Amino acid sequence: MRIGVVTFPGTLDDRDAQRAVRIAGGEAVALWHADENLHKVDAVVLPGGFSFGDYLRCGAIAAQAPVMESIIRAANGGLPVLGICNGFQVLVESHLLPGGLIRNDVQTFVCRDQKLVVENVDTPWTNGFTSGQEITIPLKNGEGGYIADAETLKRLEGEGLVAFRYKDFNPNGSLNDIAGLRNERGNVVGLMPHPEHAVEAGFGPDTAVAMRSGLDGLTIFKSVLNSVVNA
Amino acid sequence: MPKIIVEVMPKADLLDPAGKAVNNALHRNGHSEISNVRIGKRIELHFDRAVTDSDVAAAQKIGEEFLSNAVIEDVVSVTVEN
Repeated sequence: MRIGVVTFPGTLDDRDAQRAVRIAGGEAVALWHADENLHKVDAVVLPGGFSFGDYLRCGAIAAQAPVMESIIRAANGGLPVLGICNGFQVLVESHLLPGGLIRNDVQTFVCRDQKLVVENVDTPWTNGFTSGQEITIPLKNGEGGYIADAETLKRLEGEGLVAFRYKDFNPNGSLNDIAGLRNERGNVVGLMPHPEHAVEAGFGPDTAVAMRSGLDGLTIFKSVLNSVVNA
Repeated sequence: MPKIIVEVMPKADLLDPAGKAVNNALHRNGHSEISNVRIGKRIELHFDRAVTDSDVAAAQKIGEEFLSNAVIEDVVSVTVEN
C-alpha cells in the first residue's frame, strides 16, 4: 500500500508523516513538489510546515506546484488526499476544500495537545474512528483560524462536511470550532492538528495512562490503509 | 520601469491581527488619534516594455485568482505606472 508524502521547499513534517505511514503498516513514498509524477501511489499526504516560506499566503504558492496539478486531478478522480496543517492550507488554496485559514485570533503561535471530536467517519481517513469519538493530538500553528462565508458554513454543517471539531477549547478562533473538513466525496480531508505526531508511544500527547502515550493519530493512517485494501 | 501595481487588503469585516498589533503599538507611543490600522500588500509586476490593456486585464485576473484569496482578501486597486 503506497502512500505518497509530498515535500515542498519549507515542508517540515514530511519525515514524520512518512514515519507515521510506516508505523501504520504502509509504504511511504516521497513525492517532490517539482515532479508531477505521483509514482502510482494509492493515497497522498500533504504534510505540515511552511511551504515556500508562507510567502504570499500560507499554501498559495505550493498550490501552484507541478505535483499539485496531478494531485488535484487525481483527487477529483477519487484518490484519498490528506492535508495536515500547511497541507490543509494547500488544499484550501487549491480549492479542493472551501474557505480559508487566517492568523490565529490570539495573535500568537499555538502549540498544545488538542482535544478534538471526530464528526465524520465516512471518509477513507476517518473510518477507523467512531462518530463523535474524542481524540487528542498535537496542534501547532500560527495561521489556523478557519473562516468561510455564512452560506459555505451552512452548507458544510448541513452536508456533514465538518470532519473534526475542537473540543473544550478553540485555540485559534476557527468558526464553528472547525478543526478539519472533508469534501463532498469524502476522499479529501484536511485538518490543522497533527495526527502524525501521535502515532508512537513515548512521543505522543500525555494520556491518563502515561506520559506521551497518546496514539490517536495512528487511526487516521490505519484508516486509509484499510480503505485502500477494501476499495 | 513600466509596472502594474496590485494592492490587496484583508476583507474589511475580518480581524487583521497584524494591523491590530501595530495599532496597539501606536497607541502605546501616544498616537491615540489613530483609531485603527489595517495592513495589506502592494505587489508590483514589472515589464521590460510598455504596459498594454491586455496586461492590465491579465493582472486583474492574476490579482483575483492568485495574488489574493477571495475568501479573506480583496483586490482594492490595479494601477499602471508607465
